[in-house]
Amino acid sequence: MDIIKAIESEQIRKDIPEFNVGDTVRVYVKVVEGNRQRLQAFEGVVIQKKNGGIRETFTVRRVSYGVGVERTFPLHSPMIDHIEVIRKGKVRRAKLFYLRNRVGKATKIREKGF
Amino acid sequence: MTKAILGKKLGMTQVFTEDGLLVPVTVVEAGPCVVTQVKTPEKDGYSAIQVGFEDIPERLLNKPLKGHFDKAKVPYKRYLRELRVSNIGDYKVGSQIKADIFSKGDRVDVTGYTKGKGFTGNIKRWNHSRGPESHGSKYHRGPGSMGSNTFPGRVLKTKKLPGRMGVERVTIQNLEVVKVDPEKNLLLIKGAVPGPKGALLVIKETVKQAAKK
Repeated sequence: MDIIKAIESEQIRKDIPEFNVGDTVRVYVKVVEGNRQRLQAFEGVVIQKKNGGIRETFTVRRVSYGVGVERTFPLHSPMIDHIEVIRKGKVRRAKLFYLRNRVGKATKIREKGF
Repeated sequence: MTKAILGKKLGMTQVFTEDGLLVPVTVVEAGPCVVTQVKTPEKDGYSAIQVGFEDIPERLLNKPLKGHFDKAKVPYKRYLRELRVSNIGDYKVGSQIKADIFSKGDRVDVTGYTKGKGFTGNIKRWNHSRGPESHGSKYHRGPGSMGSNTFPGRVLKTKKLPGRMGVERVTIQNLEVVKVDPEKNLLLIKGAVPGPKGALLVIKETVKQAAKK
């Protein structure tokens, strides 16, 4: 088992900032167009984090032009250039699926106080 | 040249490729294997090499096997398997086969024994569909009709019935080698291979023509 753990830990990225469910993040994704590569930002609220180790994923939700868009990224994917944590949110759930049924002001998440 | 090696299944995980794709892989500890005997057409009627894999202490061997290893002057090994190769001239008794015979992108066939499932019914063993659970149904997971009546008056052979399932020699063809680690003797092979963790595997260059260069 240790060999498999070693293979997995080799790929775990240490440059990913710590963030939690409810935080607003901006994910810079590498996009390959032909033979050119550029960065594309995807900003939104983290509504879930799943699994652990190399299999860990997180889902970011944003509402663009009135349509809800959710993207799930593998946390340690090399396609993620970097992640910016914009706002720490205070939430009382591990999964924020209730945001899907709300629009406008009701989707606001309180900022984490110190 | 025919490439073949013995290995041990360590388990499965996922790795990222450079393109950012997440691929499922089986981690195999492949080799180092040692050639214990070379079979030639003149002496044995066919060409093959016999290779040993995984060191064991002397006390686990019986005398005939110990004699066989001593004659070849090689360390004692747990597994001995014969590999049919065309180019026996490249192998000498005592020479080593390591994981570095394969490189990234190669296609391989992996042979092993599947996990034993014990005595299983038709649904699991033959992929039959089940009967209704309720509404007066008295037919739930049965094997179906046994056949006709007076003629032929018996159950035909090959009728799919319950029995022991698994522990069957299976070859999965045309699997991609995702990564090779020669220092740790590791092969990362895309997809699943037969058997439980710790099972012995034979990894060969694939027989599929399209994948060969």
